[in-house]
Amino acid sequence: MSESGFIAVPSTNPSLPRRLNIPVPSGASLISPVEDFFEWFGSLGIFSWNVLKAAVTPPYEWSELIRQLDEVGSKSLPLVAMAGAAIGVIISMEARYSLSRFGAKSMFPATLVYSVIQIMGPIITGLVVCGRVGAGMGAELASMKVTEQIDAIEACAINPYRLLAATRILACILMLPLLTLATDACAMLTGWFAQTLVEPLSFHQFIQAGFKGATFSAFLPQTFKTAAYGLVIGLIACFQGMRTRGGAEGVGRAATNSVVLGSLFLILTDVVLVKFILVVFP
Amino acid sequence: MAAAFDIAIMQERTEQDGSVPVVAVTNLRKAFGIHKVLDGINLSVNRGETLAVLGRSGTGKSVLLRLIIGIEAPDSGSVSIHGQNIAGLAIDQMGKIRKKIGFLFQHAALYDSLTIAENVAFPLEHHRRDMSRSERDDRVKQLLDEVGMRGDFRKLPSEISGGMQKRVGLARALALEPEILLLDEPTAGLDPISSGEIDDLILKLQRERQMASIVVTHDMHSARTIADRLALLDQGNVVIEGKFEDLQQSNIGFVNEFLKQS
Repeated sequence: MSESGFIAVPSTNPSLPRRLNIPVPSGASLISPVEDFFEWFGSLGIFSWNVLKAAVTPPYEWSELIRQLDEVGSKSLPLVAMAGAAIGVIISMEARYSLSRFGAKSMFPATLVYSVIQIMGPIITGLVVCGRVGAGMGAELASMKVTEQIDAIEACAINPYRLLAATRILACILMLPLLTLATDACAMLTGWFAQTLVEPLSFHQFIQAGFKGATFSAFLPQTFKTAAYGLVIGLIACFQGMRTRGGAEGVGRAATNSVVLGSLFLILTDVVLVKFILVVFP
Repeated sequence: MAAAFDIAIMQERTEQDGSVPVVAVTNLRKAFGIHKVLDGINLSVNRGETLAVLGRSGTGKSVLLRLIIGIEAPDSGSVSIHGQNIAGLAIDQMGKIRKKIGFLFQHAALYDSLTIAENVAFPLEHHRRDMSRSERDDRVKQLLDEVGMRGDFRKLPSEISGGMQKRVGLARALALEPEILLLDEPTAGLDPISSGEIDDLILKLQRERQMASIVVTHDMHSARTIADRLALLDQGNVVIEGKFEDLQQSNIGFVNEFLKQS
């Protein structure tokens, strides 16, 4: 979380202009890791508040939002579809072997459907999108920051929190559940296909057995929780990108941190959300 | 609404009288760590006037411009635009003031994923939504024509030279017809002919639009050509401010040395 930079001098002016300059990391060698840790979270909080304010006040950047929906959604689709397909085959092979050992082969469709929709689909989608979109956003914004393009946006009287951050974060929030549905569908399809190669089973029978007794509350919260993953991925990537300093090295660091911290916070968010869903949708 | 209108009229009158400068910088201080960049700067620019800010590299000339437009915050002191102190303004309130300011960055800071025409159209797309597409295209062509870049409007910034990027940056800065122009090294890295063309363009804008301009430069010839007044910075302070002749007649060692080396 630490980057080299100037040490922030406490201001003597009580009412300084509020500006884009997100509190940047200070001299790492002079500030203890604990202070650095709290500084990072404090800066993230300020950044989140600025993005929220910008997102809910007009003018809205619809064209940029649509561009970002395409960037995050359409362009991630092949990747999440492939990841889902691979996961379906893996679960199919593993589940068939394990269930056969306990004489519960008839449970295979339900095992596969529940494993994919409740556990693997959301987290795999989140991690794949974090890798692709998080790194891309982090690097793009960091590059814009170090070449003063973000300053130029601000100098053109355009709020960069609204144009750059809010649109990207919202695109992630909206697209993650849809991408998760695509992952789930691909995983179930390839899982069924892998099963059929060993032991023929019609797709209709597979789906019927898989979703037998299932309710919406068993699946919907698990799918829509990925909107929170989208928030985490977009927020971390935009924050890391827009606070970058230090040229090409800073850009690389922002991209890496976007993926590493995004993945970490995504998993931590999942821990919280799984508990929450178990309590709210027992 | 009526009060705001009265204030606007009063502001215009006072600016025309010269009683309120368009840009006023008062006792401005800025430090990065232990390094004091600006140490109590006082400057002002009136309508239709061009101030050239000169000084050695690293004396805070670019920082001064960034403080004026609010991209950086001062440690103390104030910046007033049209008599309004920009301290404490939220980013959207600051945006209203920034619409009146055109800013040319030292390295142009063009959006590298957009073409030259899209770069110039960018402020218009966001702030002149009343303009039709064809009106906007015409305006972009006119602006690019003004800076001598009309033929290259489909190119990306990476496909043109640094000097050309500056011209495009200037066209973008002029897109919203600003009342104030802040130029950070507009002629640095340009050949003498291109420098002369940029100087002529600034003089033309000053004459036609009565803009208040602050030009940060190392180019004494350019400063002498375009500026009404010059301010020489050293060690965070204004060493001397006045016309070129005032600098020539100065007894200050640093001023004499600076003029000798320029």
